[in-house]
Amino acid sequence: MRILVAMSGGVDSSVVAGLLKAEGHEVIGATLQLYDHGAATARRGACCAGQDIHDARRVADTLDIPHYVLDREARFRDAVVQDFADSYARGETPIPCVRCNQSVKFQDLVLLARDLGVEALATGHYARRVEGPAGVELHRAADPARDQSYFLFATTAAQLAFCRFPLGGYPDKAAVRAEALRLGLAVAEKPDSQDICFVPEGRYSDVVAKFRPDAAEAGEIVHLDGRVLGQHAGIARFTVGQGRGLGQASRDGDQPLYVAAVEPGRRRVVVGPRAALPQAQIEVAEVNWLSPPPSGPLACQVKLRAREVPQPATAHWDVAGGLLRVAPAVPAIAAPGQACVLYDGDRVLGGGFIRRTA
Amino acid sequence: MTALYLDANATEPLRPEARAAVLAALDAGGNPSSVHGQGRAARRRLEDAREAVARRFGARSGEVIFTSGGTEANALAIHGLRPGRRLLVGSTEHPAVLAAAGPEAEVIPVLADGTLDLDVLATLLQGGPALVCLMAANNETGVLHPLSAAAALCRQRGALLHVDAVQAAGRVPLPTDFDSMALSGHKLGGPPGAGAVLLRPGLQLPPLIAGGGQERGRRGGTEPLPALAGLAAAASAPVDPARLAALRDRIEAGADTIVAGAGAPRLPNTTCLILPGVPAETQVIALDLAGIRVSAGAACSSGKVARSPVLAAMGFGPLAGCGIRVSLPWNAPEDAAERFLAAWAAMRARLSKSAA
Repeated sequence: MRILVAMSGGVDSSVVAGLLKAEGHEVIGATLQLYDHGAATARRGACCAGQDIHDARRVADTLDIPHYVLDREARFRDAVVQDFADSYARGETPIPCVRCNQSVKFQDLVLLARDLGVEALATGHYARRVEGPAGVELHRAADPARDQSYFLFATTAAQLAFCRFPLGGYPDKAAVRAEALRLGLAVAEKPDSQDICFVPEGRYSDVVAKFRPDAAEAGEIVHLDGRVLGQHAGIARFTVGQGRGLGQASRDGDQPLYVAAVEPGRRRVVVGPRAALPQAQIEVAEVNWLSPPPSGPLACQVKLRAREVPQPATAHWDVAGGLLRVAPAVPAIAAPGQACVLYDGDRVLGGGFIRRTA
Repeated sequence: MTALYLDANATEPLRPEARAAVLAALDAGGNPSSVHGQGRAARRRLEDAREAVARRFGARSGEVIFTSGGTEANALAIHGLRPGRRLLVGSTEHPAVLAAAGPEAEVIPVLADGTLDLDVLATLLQGGPALVCLMAANNETGVLHPLSAAAALCRQRGALLHVDAVQAAGRVPLPTDFDSMALSGHKLGGPPGAGAVLLRPGLQLPPLIAGGGQERGRRGGTEPLPALAGLAAAASAPVDPARLAALRDRIEAGADTIVAGAGAPRLPNTTCLILPGVPAETQVIALDLAGIRVSAGAACSSGKVARSPVLAAMGFGPLAGCGIRVSLPWNAPEDAAERFLAAWAAMRARLSKSAA
C-alpha cells in the first residue's frame, strides 16, 4: 500500500514510518513547516521547528523513503494561530491541536494524499482505529497515559477511514522508544514535545497580544457577588477554573478564589469560590459524530479537558440547533473553547467545543 | 524504472570532459602558489582554465576571477562595484543577487512576459550613478532579458551593468558589453564549488575574502583547482541548443497548459508550466513519485516549495503558486518529452478524479 506518513521529526511519527516500511508498504514521509521561529528554531521539545524538520529528514534518510517538507505557514497562521487568538478574545480557552488536526493535518494532508494516489495517511497519534461492524471507529489508545483520542474527536468519518494510527496499541512510550532503537532511528532518545508548538518559550499571551491586542488590554477582576477585587493585564491570561495569576484577587479572606467566567465584552474576569464553579449542564457546539447521533438521552462518559479521565454523563442531541447538551453525573468545571468528548468505554462517540453560556 | 532528470537549472549533470579534468587535477595535486615544480604545474593548469573561460565568454584572462560558485561571484561583483552608486535590480533576480544588493536596492519591474521593463530602467537611470544588476536568463522561466538594449541605456547614463549569467552561460550566446558577469561551474556541467566573475578591463574589485593574494588579490584562499579545471572543461564542451529546444517545444505542445513567458525569448532547455488550481508542491511530489525530477521556485535549503516570486512579479497572482520548472539537461534522452508527458497526463487524470 502507498502510505503517506506525517512526520514531525519526533520519535512517535518516526517509528510509524519505520514500522510501515518494515511491513513492506511504500512509505512517503511529509513534514509540515508551520511557522518560522527564527532564533527559536533550535529549541528542543516542541514539534515542527527547524531542528525537527532536520530530524524528520534524517529519519527518512535512515529509512530510505522519499520525504517532503510542506510549507503550511500561511494556512497554519490563518486556521490555527489566528483562531487561537480569536478564541481568547472571545473569552474562551482554545485547543489549537484540535484546530490543527481539523485543518492542516487531516483535511489538507488527506487531500494531498488523494492527489498523490496515496491509499492511507498514517500519524504518530496515540489512538486506535477499529474496523467496527458499521464502519470505522475511533478508540482510546491502549496506554491511557498517552491517549490522544480527545484531540481527534473532530476527525470526520471519511478522514478516519483514510487514517492509520499504528501506535494506538502500544503499551507505553518506552515500548515505542525501544522500537525506535530497534529500527536504528537517531530520534529514539529525543524528548517528548510539550506545550503549544508555535509559542516560543511558553509565552502564549505574547502571541495572543500580537494577533488580538484587545485580548491583552487591562480590566477588572470582579467577584461573583459584584465586588471589584483587582485588575488584570488581559483576559487572554485566564481560563475557567484557574487559581493562579489573580494577585490580590486570589483570596477572599480565608477562601481561595478561582476564575468562574471570562467576560470579553466588559473585559472582566469573574472569580468565585471553588464550589460556585461546577456546571450541571454544558452546551457543546460544532459537534462531530463518530457514531450514529442519538435520538434520545445518551448515557456515556465525557471528557472536558485533556488531562482527566472520562466522567459519567448524559447527553442530549439537539439536531435542529446543532447543539449537544451534556449533563455530567456530578456537576463539573467546563472551560469554554475546550473540547467535550463523549465516550462509550474506549470508543469515541463524538464531541464538540464547549460554548460560553453566560 | 530509471528516473528522468529534468532539473538542469538546479544543477547540470557532470559532463564527461569536466569529470576527466577534475580527476586529472586531483591526481596531479599541487598548490598554484608554490614555487617548486609541482606548484608551477598547478599554476599552469589554473591559468589554462582561466584562459579557456576567458576565450569562451569573450573576456580577458586577466579579468577572470575564480570564486567558489555563482553566489559568491554575484556577491563579489556587486559589493565591489557598488560604492558610490545606487543599486537597480530586476524584480525577478535570483536570491543570490537580491541578497547581495540588499533591501535598499531599487527594483526594475518586468513585463507580463517576464522581460525587463526598459522604459522604467531608462527612467530610473536618470536618478544618478547606478549599478544595474540583471540576469541574462531567469532560473525559473528561462526568459532572457533584453541585455543589449539595457547595456546601451546603462552606457548612455554612465551606469555599470552587472550580469548574472549563471543560467544563461553555455546555453545561449552572452553579451560582451557588461562591466561584470557571474558564472557558476555546476550550471555548466562542471562540479559544484567553482564559479567566476568576468570583469571589464580597468575596473577594480576589492576582495570579499582577503588572504594570500590569490586571484591578483581579489579573492583570497587556495584555488580549488580540480573544481576550476572542471568548470573550464565544461565551459568548453560542445552544446546542442537546437536539440533541447525541440524537446522543450514538444513538452510545451503536449502539456496543454499555461507556459510562463511563452512569448519572450527564452533558454532552449527551460519551460515553466502553470497548472491552474494545482499547487506546485503537489505537482513536484506527484512527478517525483513517478520518477520525473522537476522543481518549483528557486531551490531552497529547507526543501519546501514556496510560491514563486518570479511568477508573482510577472503578474500571475494566485497562479504563481501553481508553476513547475522543467529544465532539460545537456544529456536529456530523446524520449524525455514523451516520458514527461506520460507522467504529466497520469498526474492530471488522478487530480481530476480526486477532485470529483
